[in-house]
Amino acid sequence: MNEFVFFLNKGLTSGLIIGSIYALGAIGVTLIFGILRFAHFAHGDMMTLGAFVTLILTAVLAAMGIVLPLPLAFVAMFPAMIITAVLAIGLDRVFYKPLRQAGAKPVILVMASVGVTLMLQGLIRLFAGVRSRNMFVEAPKEIFQIPFPGASRKLVITEPQVLLILFTIIAVIALHWFLTRSRLGKAMRAVSDNPDLAKITGINTNHVVWATWIIGGSLACAAGTLLSMDVTLKPDLSFNILLPIFAATIVGGIGQPYGAIAGGFLVGFCESLAVFNWAILLRPFKDDLWFEIPRNMALVPTEYKLMVPFLILIIVLIYRPTGIFKGRVL
Amino acid sequence: MSGQNQYSVMRDITLFAGLGVLILIIFLTQGSVYSLRMLVEAGCYAILALGLTIQWGYAGLFNVGVMGFIAAGAASSMLITFPRNPEFWNSAGPELVAVFIVKLIACGVLVWLANISNRWGIGGKLRALFIAVAIAVAYLVLSDHMSEMSTQIEKASGWMGGLGLPVAVGWIVAGIVAGVIAWFVGKICLGLRADYLAIATLGIAQIIKHFLKNADWLTHGTLSVSPLPWPVPKPADGEFLLARASYLSIVAIAIVIIYLLLQRAYHAPWGRMMRAIRDNENASASMGKNVNGRRLEIFVLGCILMGFGGAMLIHFTSIYDPSGFIDLNHTFLVWVMVILGGSGNNRGAIFGAVLVYIIWVMSEPLALTLFEFIGTYGKAWFDWDPPSDLNSRALQMRVFVIGLAITLVLRFAPQGVLPEKQARH
Repeated sequence: MNEFVFFLNKGLTSGLIIGSIYALGAIGVTLIFGILRFAHFAHGDMMTLGAFVTLILTAVLAAMGIVLPLPLAFVAMFPAMIITAVLAIGLDRVFYKPLRQAGAKPVILVMASVGVTLMLQGLIRLFAGVRSRNMFVEAPKEIFQIPFPGASRKLVITEPQVLLILFTIIAVIALHWFLTRSRLGKAMRAVSDNPDLAKITGINTNHVVWATWIIGGSLACAAGTLLSMDVTLKPDLSFNILLPIFAATIVGGIGQPYGAIAGGFLVGFCESLAVFNWAILLRPFKDDLWFEIPRNMALVPTEYKLMVPFLILIIVLIYRPTGIFKGRVL
Repeated sequence: MSGQNQYSVMRDITLFAGLGVLILIIFLTQGSVYSLRMLVEAGCYAILALGLTIQWGYAGLFNVGVMGFIAAGAASSMLITFPRNPEFWNSAGPELVAVFIVKLIACGVLVWLANISNRWGIGGKLRALFIAVAIAVAYLVLSDHMSEMSTQIEKASGWMGGLGLPVAVGWIVAGIVAGVIAWFVGKICLGLRADYLAIATLGIAQIIKHFLKNADWLTHGTLSVSPLPWPVPKPADGEFLLARASYLSIVAIAIVIIYLLLQRAYHAPWGRMMRAIRDNENASASMGKNVNGRRLEIFVLGCILMGFGGAMLIHFTSIYDPSGFIDLNHTFLVWVMVILGGSGNNRGAIFGAVLVYIIWVMSEPLALTLFEFIGTYGKAWFDWDPPSDLNSRALQMRVFVIGLAITLVLRFAPQGVLPEKQARH
């Protein structure tokens, strides 16, 4: 049983955690891709930016001597989400909107977003340096150890992980409600399906664009903050996290928020299960097996973890470019 | 195209004359040894920029994996030209590598057969199953052999070592390897929109770098390899001037040859077709042009140039270090060169490469001085304690400036300083 608990701890929990992060990031990317029609390369750095905003607010709260039952960083995340959303709209106004209005091709917007990602990266590292930081300013993070029936090893889950999973569930439900019930949400889906038709029917595209950046920016902030609460805040996310997020977006079908969630979890689980050492699960049966168990039976060595989202991306692009949820091929 | 941005011969001459004066000033103030080094590197970047400008300017392909193709080219050139490692050749290593190559070819054939099985009437789900099984078998066989091979080689001889062939062979192989990788990437992504190519090239670049960093048996990993051989006599006893000048002449000859060939291709029917596809894909497809086929051609061609230029660059620095391949220096810097110089204009690419590289090299001491200044006066006037890593932070300023340059050029001068000359036929 101990081996099974180890599998739950190392394989499933980490898949769930990283999957939630990818899902939160991919929702924003897929909405931007669906509505503004370009691959937003600055999303990874927007996550870092959001996490830094949270860190600053947390430090302010801690300096004011506020003590709360929840980690301060989690509380500070909500105002930080608003700030990041405003910053995202600002970035759109300064860098993307003029190009859109000039009728630039989508690929020019992609290039502009690459420029934006470099600017954000440079600014963040200029002001914050490159060392990693701890999001828990006031107290160390809490670790829950849950006894598992029939095993001496305990199920381990940390407080930020619980918060992350709860936040993801609530965010997904809220997003679903927003997209299917509210006027603006319906307008967003309409623009995503057919921008010209939506414009003729009198939908205010500006509001839709704002809503897109608000959702994308705030979820990016949340994903960045929760990821850095789970590990540490390092300003080197950008391109490393971009690939799995794009893979999740394309697997789920572009412009499909539910697809992005499914894709995020798919990529997250594939990644953590591919680097999991399956030999550990087989060890209890070693007397019954006809072969000797190798020391390491991970499908992919840990240093090549990045291969997993890339391979998923390639396979999807070859065999089903629309993604699982029948998104568009732009 | 606005009147101001029209192509004109005068503009061409003025800008190149200005660049010449700038280089002259650098020669006079910094000394010729330093300036020659800068010029050689700028020349290598010009080849990279030419590779990118034909992808972007001729065909509108968005490649953000320039660094990956440079790394692939540099690594293969290093393997071809570096002296042999006798320990490796006396161990069981060569046999293992030969078996690996045989297995690789066999697996490739297997996957290919599964992929074309629809020609023999195996379609739909069965074909998908065949492909999945073929890929899984290939992966398991190859990864198993590779882990075995890497441990054996690392134990017996540290790493493979090179083949000790002439440098020219290494450079050509560098181009071929980059081209083969590009063929696979392009085959998958070119039928789709430009964004997918961008994502895929970004991914392949990271993966190539990861592989080179971790494959200790093949490339010595992060331990780096030096000294790489030169095609001309190396600077012995401080004779930098002659050695660098002869290296520069080789780079210059390569640039001239590549430039002339590209100009010829641009004005040939092939180039005209390329521009037709770029400007109106549907129209040219309806005229019976094979859009994806042509795009694949130009993507591979551009990546061959990148591999070749990358090999030249690495051989000049004489040290192969996989951690030294950085997105910023090897992808986005080249992008700034291309869009600033004028996409679709080969002279523009060369101009942009040399100018931007000079600015780039000069910006490092400039940023450091600026921040030293800020640090000193910040302390003196505002009692501000500068962080200890101020210098490494100062260099991040360049990341910001590169990003700013990209966005500004896109918005205010999308044609670049030397716009494409619209050929009339």
